[in-house]
Amino acid sequence: MTKQKTVLFACGTGIATSTVVAHAVADALKERGISFNARQCKVAEVAGQIDDVDLVVSTAQLPKDLGKPVITTLAFLTGIGKAEALDKIEAVLRG
Amino acid sequence: MAKALMNYLDPGAIILGVEAGNDQEIIRILSDRLHSLGYVKPSFAEAVLAREAELPTGLPLGSDNNVAIPHTDPEHVLKPGLAMATLCKPVAFSNMEDPDEKLQVSVVFLMALSDKDQQIEMLQEIAMTIQSADTITALMQSNTVEDVARLLA
Repeated sequence: MTKQKTVLFACGTGIATSTVVAHAVADALKERGISFNARQCKVAEVAGQIDDVDLVVSTAQLPKDLGKPVITTLAFLTGIGKAEALDKIEAVLRG
Repeated sequence: MAKALMNYLDPGAIILGVEAGNDQEIIRILSDRLHSLGYVKPSFAEAVLAREAELPTGLPLGSDNNVAIPHTDPEHVLKPGLAMATLCKPVAFSNMEDPDEKLQVSVVFLMALSDKDQQIEMLQEIAMTIQSADTITALMQSNTVEDVARLLA
């Protein structure tokens, strides 16, 4: 069995929109047969938490050049572009 | 199962058809309500304003009625709660995803959050509400707290 990947969910406070996104992504990817480790933090904390992370999903702008895949999306809050965002996340987690 | 949004909204913190000159004014109006109702500390309003300036909370819904969800760190909150305003004229909030982009916002949910795991249902319910264009339109047309209560029950 391959090691589970880790997704870091980030937002401005690290407790509000990233919580919604983390739950929405976990539920949707479970239906696609994918599970992952989830962590949350503030956007300001991402650079310090990036080392063991495979993907960052954020609702707010992140620093550039984090050296890891980054998906910034409001799709899980607004509903707009949700399927496309899930496809991108799935591609990284299956990669 | 998430509870309806009306379970989180304090009727005393619902303000309909308010006239505000800008994003800061509507944040202050709603913060004052949450403060007088005992949800937040006096420091809450300034903390929300500071955060909004740095990390904005406007959400583009692909229509004229965009939404903003201002909030701040739990240290300024006494107990979780939610305030809401509909604006008679939209005010500009910056886009959460791209702060350089201004959005015309007609509905504002001001959230008092004390803990991520406690408030997930409220947060999910807000997300579900704003994902329904019909609900947002109906909110904009609501004239009384009773209208809102029926809509979000």
